[in-house]
Amino acid sequence: MGDSKVGTVVVKRGMAEMQKGGVIMDVVNAEQAKIAEAAGAVAVMALERVPSDIRKAGGVARMADPTIIEEVMKAVSIPVMAKARIGHITEARILEAMGVDYIDESEVLTPADEEFHLLKSSYTVPFVCGCRDLGEAARRIGEGASMLRTKGEPGTGNIVEAVRHMRKVNAQVRRVVNMSEDELMTEAKLLGAPYEVLLEIKKLGRLPVVNFAAGGVATPADAALMMELGADGVFVGSGIFKSENPALFAKAIVEATTNFRDYKLLAEISKGLGTPMTGLEIASLAPADRMQDRGW
Amino acid sequence: MLKVGILALQGAVREHAASLKRCGVEAVEVKAADDLKGLDGLILPGGESTTMRRLIDTYDLMKPLKQFVSLDRPVFGTCAGLILLAERIAGSDACHIGMMNITVERNSFGRQVNSFEAPLNIKDVGRSFPGVFIRAPHISEAGAGVEVMCEYEGRIVMARQNNLLGCAFHPELTGDQRVMSYFVKMVREAFSARPKN
Repeated sequence: MGDSKVGTVVVKRGMAEMQKGGVIMDVVNAEQAKIAEAAGAVAVMALERVPSDIRKAGGVARMADPTIIEEVMKAVSIPVMAKARIGHITEARILEAMGVDYIDESEVLTPADEEFHLLKSSYTVPFVCGCRDLGEAARRIGEGASMLRTKGEPGTGNIVEAVRHMRKVNAQVRRVVNMSEDELMTEAKLLGAPYEVLLEIKKLGRLPVVNFAAGGVATPADAALMMELGADGVFVGSGIFKSENPALFAKAIVEATTNFRDYKLLAEISKGLGTPMTGLEIASLAPADRMQDRGW
Repeated sequence: MLKVGILALQGAVREHAASLKRCGVEAVEVKAADDLKGLDGLILPGGESTTMRRLIDTYDLMKPLKQFVSLDRPVFGTCAGLILLAERIAGSDACHIGMMNITVERNSFGRQVNSFEAPLNIKDVGRSFPGVFIRAPHISEAGAGVEVMCEYEGRIVMARQNNLLGCAFHPELTGDQRVMSYFVKMVREAFSARPKN
């Protein structure tokens, strides 16, 4: 195609911009993907196991069986995302070759490289990465991530870590935006952030890519809370298909994300949803089970 | 000041709002039927059309949106918004707002890895406009009354039918204001032509 260019920064970041205000749902088969699409999900994340089951299963968690990803891609017309291990160049290239729409370089899976993340700018497919603070967010953007999300603590149904990460990143962004330009290099050093990314943040007055909430969203009120705190959208992992009535739950989370300040509506849609997933207290996790500490 | 609404259920609302402001037009987020009152034009932004449709139904917005379109105030659909406007969607018996005499094919350039940028020559807008195509649809058939404004590799990617304007790409993701200026001109002209009371 003559003058056309694929995989540009605009096209990769733009894809995430189109997902704003939406909910991305974890699914493990075609049937769940269809429920998610019918409920109004903007995308689905095709997985072999949702994070809470990955926790239970233990051992090494890897990229899903391509059969499952293909099954989901055939079942729905919305974008399909999939997870690769941190630093696993080949898993990411396999997912790209399969035509997956977005790759999550994810701490939910066991890292393949404990030193280096993927050079995401070298891929045509866009990437989303987790972050706990602005240093981590800026490093991922520096490597070419086109979308961010909080790490939270996946598979716990406990929102506390996602709240911590969203507040932290936004407070640090506000700080950078209000700094004088001659203070930025020192801030870059202190945050461990690429200077150019901080400069871009200062010029734009915000992060240059969207930042979704992820890791612990279990109820419509959780999703609305994260939007209130400035999330551009929401990932729901175990929350939906580990709840009593997934179709109803999925629909409620979508509505809560759109109208996160309509409290009467939130009360209505929170009625009779059945039991949400069972939550885990973060302090009860052994250090090795804290997924958010994977990646750097 | 002219007021243009942006359907704000999901998608690229912020970018359109910024683009409208640069044209000197007030941007209003539309989340409920009441928000449509007093608008001089409306933008249906990019996003996921299936999600937007579900939310349109949830908030009983379909009838008010159709009523707004029938007022002949200019409406501009980009990407998913173009799909919402189309009377016919290939491979589906149903449509959404369905008031533009076109057939659209969804995701017709492929998946995200095939999303691309390419320069476009657009009738009445200009040459070398930066076209950003993201899992984009195209117009496979333009019916009576529809003027084709741009084709890319033999596929129709922008068209106008009276006060309805639709494109398959994302002018709001570029710094180029020419397409938005064209739409704002439509809004201004429609406003001037309206009987004053």
